[in-house]
Amino acid sequence: MTAAPTAAAAPAPAARAPAVLPDRGPGDRLSRTFWRRPGLLTALLIAPPLLWLGVVYLGSLAALLAQSFFSIDPFSGLTVREFTLATYAELLKPANLDIILRTVTMAAAVTAGCALIGFPVAYFAARYARGRWKALFYLGILLPLWSSYLVKVYAWKLILAKEGIVSWAVEGIGASAILNAVLALPVIGGNSLSTSYLGTWIVFVYVWLPYMILPMQAALERVPVSLLEASADLGATRWQTFRTVVLPLAMPGVAAGSIFTFSLTLGDYIIPQIVGTSARFIGLMVYQLQGTAGNIPLAAAFAVVPIVIMLVYLWLAKRRGAFDAL
Amino acid sequence: MSMTPAVEFQSVARHFGTVRAVDGVDLTVAEGEFFAMLGPSGSGKTTCLRLISGFERPTAGSIRIFGQDVSRVPPHRRNVNTVFQDYALFPHLTVRENVAYGLMVKGVDRRTRMARADEMLALVKLPDYGDRRPGQLSGGQRQRVALARALVNEPRVLLLDEPLGALDLKLREAMQDELKALQRRLGITFVFVTHDQSEALSMADRLAVFNDGRVAQVGTPAEVYNTPRTRFVAGFVGSSNILPPAFSTALGGPAAWVSLRPESVRLVPWDRSVHRGAVRDLRFLGAGTRVQIDMPQGELAALVPAGLPLPAPGDSVGIVLAPNALHPMEGEA
Repeated sequence: MTAAPTAAAAPAPAARAPAVLPDRGPGDRLSRTFWRRPGLLTALLIAPPLLWLGVVYLGSLAALLAQSFFSIDPFSGLTVREFTLATYAELLKPANLDIILRTVTMAAAVTAGCALIGFPVAYFAARYARGRWKALFYLGILLPLWSSYLVKVYAWKLILAKEGIVSWAVEGIGASAILNAVLALPVIGGNSLSTSYLGTWIVFVYVWLPYMILPMQAALERVPVSLLEASADLGATRWQTFRTVVLPLAMPGVAAGSIFTFSLTLGDYIIPQIVGTSARFIGLMVYQLQGTAGNIPLAAAFAVVPIVIMLVYLWLAKRRGAFDAL
Repeated sequence: MSMTPAVEFQSVARHFGTVRAVDGVDLTVAEGEFFAMLGPSGSGKTTCLRLISGFERPTAGSIRIFGQDVSRVPPHRRNVNTVFQDYALFPHLTVRENVAYGLMVKGVDRRTRMARADEMLALVKLPDYGDRRPGQLSGGQRQRVALARALVNEPRVLLLDEPLGALDLKLREAMQDELKALQRRLGITFVFVTHDQSEALSMADRLAVFNDGRVAQVGTPAEVYNTPRTRFVAGFVGSSNILPPAFSTALGGPAAWVSLRPESVRLVPWDRSVHRGAVRDLRFLGAGTRVQIDMPQGELAALVPAGLPLPAPGDSVGIVLAPNALHPMEGEA
């Protein structure tokens, strides 16, 4: 016998697996169709959301925008469906400008507050938290989002009230003088925390904080440790590394987070109603104008303001290079 | 010995919990030397590099850089720069800004540092790439940028952490030549970490072979290659035969574990030698062919240079060893 393979050693041709496997029914045929036309599956998958986004979402937004170019008849209270910029001119009245300015200032302050408080949390979570600690971090950030928004806001009203937990605790540690000094500050102060701009700000920051932390943490997580080491290796102090490496690379996250906190504050109409000075904000104006006042065009014009502000904000962020590291 | 060593390790240990990553290492790297730290992954070579750069602090022992104890010196104050394994280029900065980074954090004015960065880019043969982003470069180009960025500070010691690992073979060989030439020209001490023995042998003036957090052997490439101190070194460097004492004595060698280079084994017709075996397998390597021979005491590999006649599998062959081919090693593993 030689070592050469014999017919008996090799499997008979009939017993070998076929080069092309048999058809396995309709699902198989469908797969083949998609394989031959790769665009088809993508089109089928994207069509429903595109319809939803294009028709229902953007369509209603367009309808809203169209409303803002109409005006209301002062006598009948009916909408005059003719193109006019009069409604927008009304926005420029001092009282309305005040509302816009107040809302934008609050949104900016809330965004700054969220960024300052959120950054260390996000940094810690991205850099040091592992395993169980990371799970605990996500739980801690997301848990407040699972409970009702209204419940949280009313809880804060009680916490910040004149006889609330905060003043009680402050009194307990003998720091009432500090709280009173803070409340005595012009503009942001007030009778109590729950009836001051400061209180509104605190609640806004609390409610929107997760929306700032999560994108910041995601951005920071993508910064490899070796970049921080390279920076130190090249002679940078911690602060220089933070300023020239960490912060620029975290900017897309900060920008994304601030888009959330900024736009959510611009549009909110509940928190300023419950906690604060009862001064009006854009969201509240929209709510009141389309409801009790029945002035849909002005409500629409007010609703356009945050959209324009956000577009300008995004454009500025892009120009400042916030998305360069994406 | 009047010259202060560039880097000196005295019984340095670095433990991570119960893991002894570095466990009692003594090392001396001379100024101007191209020093390689060679070893398998997890052998402690990278930790040693990080101990020099300052990203790790020793659990015990002392590290001196040009005579100065650096136990309390943070990385940013050590005049030592690193070429990172993943290059660690800043993605948000241009290539020129990357290279100028070390000068920027030291407060060198913009004009000067940009000019210096351009000089460095010319040195690494990327003169026209200053305005690009790292993301637009190939792996080899990034590697050069990382090198330029590390050299711009004129470090006393340049550390290279597997810098050629991510490059393809052709590029790696070209970079090996360039790194060597650059090191000669600048006269800076290079400490180079690699797991590639041929890279270490071809580039280094001296090398340390790491195993299990310890240095198994330090020496010139020729010393380490020809006279491995332990079985580990013999196995890791080159492709030696490692023969037990019984095999060694049968071949006329000492009664100890010995290493035997395949190129020291010559094949002759079977009746011309008392040492005989049967050819099991041949492996073509280009410059030669590795012949695997079954001997009565075990297996042996011989390297037949290209051009010489080759046996066929199953043939009986005799073997003749070059003088002093059997090199005894310490009994340890």
